Amino acid sequence: MKIVVIGLNHKTAPVNIREMLAFAGPKLEEGVSCLRGMPEVREVALLSTCNRVEIYACVGNTAAAVENIKSFLASFHRIDRAAFEKSLFVHTDSQAVRHLFRVASSLDSMVVGEPQILGQIKNTFDFALEKKTTGVLLNKLMKKAISTAKRVRTETKIAENAVSISFAAVELARKIFTDLGGKSFMLLGAGEMAELAARHLVNSGVRDVVVVNRTYDRGCDLAREFNGKPVRFEDFPAELVHCDILICSTGAPAYVLLKEQMHKVMRERKHRPVFIIDISVPRNIDPDINRIENVYLYDVDNLQDVVESNILERRREAEKAEIIIAEEVETFIKWMSSLDSIPVIVALRQKAEEIKEEELEKFRNKFPDLDDGKRKAVEYLAAAIINKLIHPPTAALKEDTEDRGELIAAIKKLYGLNGEENEE
Amino acid sequence: MGTILFELSLTFYFAATVISIVDLFKGSRESSRLMLFITGGGFLIHTASLIYRYSISGHLPIASMHEASSFFAWCVVLIFFLLEFRYKTGIMGSFVLPVVFLLMLSSSILPRGIRPLNPVLESYWFGIHTFLAFLGNAAFAVAFGIGIMYLLQEHYLKSKHVHGLFHRLPSIQVLDEINNKMINLGFPLLTCAIITGALWAESAWGSYWRWDPKEVWSMITWFIYAFILHIRLTSGWRGKKAAILSVIGFLVVLFTFFGVNLSVKSLHSFK
Repeated sequence: MKIVVIGLNHKTAPVNIREMLAFAGPKLEEGVSCLRGMPEVREVALLSTCNRVEIYACVGNTAAAVENIKSFLASFHRIDRAAFEKSLFVHTDSQAVRHLFRVASSLDSMVVGEPQILGQIKNTFDFALEKKTTGVLLNKLMKKAISTAKRVRTETKIAENAVSISFAAVELARKIFTDLGGKSFMLLGAGEMAELAARHLVNSGVRDVVVVNRTYDRGCDLAREFNGKPVRFEDFPAELVHCDILICSTGAPAYVLLKEQMHKVMRERKHRPVFIIDISVPRNIDPDINRIENVYLYDVDNLQDVVESNILERRREAEKAEIIIAEEVETFIKWMSSLDSIPVIVALRQKAEEIKEEELEKFRNKFPDLDDGKRKAVEYLAAAIINKLIHPPTAALKEDTEDRGELIAAIKKLYGLNGEENEE
Repeated sequence: MGTILFELSLTFYFAATVISIVDLFKGSRESSRLMLFITGGGFLIHTASLIYRYSISGHLPIASMHEASSFFAWCVVLIFFLLEFRYKTGIMGSFVLPVVFLLMLSSSILPRGIRPLNPVLESYWFGIHTFLAFLGNAAFAVAFGIGIMYLLQEHYLKSKHVHGLFHRLPSIQVLDEINNKMINLGFPLLTCAIITGALWAESAWGSYWRWDPKEVWSMITWFIYAFILHIRLTSGWRGKKAAILSVIGFLVVLFTFFGVNLSVKSLHSFK
């Protein structure tokens, strides 16, 4: 039996193709049951997200199965096969295992290290379990993918360090204050990015929120949204004395906060540290303010630099993750090949037991008036002999060696074990 | 026996220091945990060696430069462990253990014989005065390491180059807090050491203050730390200034300890 993955993702296909092949909502269930109904497909799981559509399957004959799955995709989505065929990738065996482990560990994601994909894989797995479309092989594969992803997460720093501007702001705030609980925060102006960063800060536990806006009414609206207090624009420098974090995003054409003003603020707040984020373009806060001690001023470009250096950091960590994945793929492949020998071992033991029972039966018929003690002794002897005889071949089959395939064939032939179905 | 214990603890501290420095460049949770374990082992052996010396000589083992350096290092490790237990920075060792190792190293190259205490000095003041002085100095040593960490992290934040150690150093607020705590711990200890020293001097030599070089330099140290505490309380000066001053303060402490004891003729030199 072979594991095969066939699919496409954001690296191989543009969004207009991905959306054509997506299995959204009820289509997922329908698609999975169609796939499971194919004669070549023994087990199947279907992963469909906005970035990827991937079909994992256990198949007998790979070429036939791949061919049928491709035709199925075309007919199911009612599109021309030529439209997407070039975007498809097909991996088998260890390559397929490696692919899933990389996807689960978020190495294959658009933003390396993002956490959502693992949840999506868990959902795929749960769905397959619920619909009973998977078996021993894919269940183990999915479980291994999840545990590998967890291992990557704890042993590397792939998911650490913010890779978006608004999270980078929170990360920096934590390097200034550690605990954001009990800190107070001022939002000066408005704007999508500023409000997003503000929301992250509030979620991280910032307690007091002050909202300042040139139009007082707009400020009141925003304040209500953040559960904060509105302050008139003229009063903001006085209010700043009590704020530890300031996010500024106004449309003003010139600086709204000057160095002298900030000096005064710092004296009044006894030089407690302040973190200022100036998202506005043109900048609204005199860049020289960064020179004042205990003031940390970041503009949009500074935050972007932080994000980029964090992305580089994640790429370095991804290299460590590849090593972990290679290890896990190897153990999985070993486990998979050990599966081949299990039916043979079972058949061998069964055969031996049959022979034993047959001979014992003959023996009992020949000597019907033997007492219980003696008969037990003979049964014991027979069991000991078959155990001793089948032990070496069983041990050899269990051992992980290169020539296991040949051994399996030889043992089948030698002992006449033809009852087993041949997988290939 | 005493020598073996001492050498063994020196070896442990050396290993921990090497790991802590490697940890700076290639940090992982495992290496910082290993560093803590080895330091802990070194500390236990070190404690045993101090007890051993105490049992032989009958007084606190601070009667020679060798013993004093070793005791100084022991106090630093003690405070380091208490802080690491509370704050779990994982990286503090890289900035404190090198100081410990250098103190132990200097102790190891100094004459090690156990000498009887000068009869003039034999008094219960000896234990109290020296113990307070070393514990205070140890707090300043930790403040020094923390001060350097603060300056590094402040530099990362101000220059906006967030890479390398930035992600592993604690926040500047925590560093400032620990620095402040250490000075708040060290300063009263130093003050008490100076007061008990004056009382002891009165009973041993007949006067409270003799302008001995050690006394003068201790006073300078005292003024530096008093200044740090004073500016924080009055104008709220903190952070960078406090960090720089605590680095300078500890350099003066080291000079008072090694420079004065080894070079200048002083009543405090171990001769």
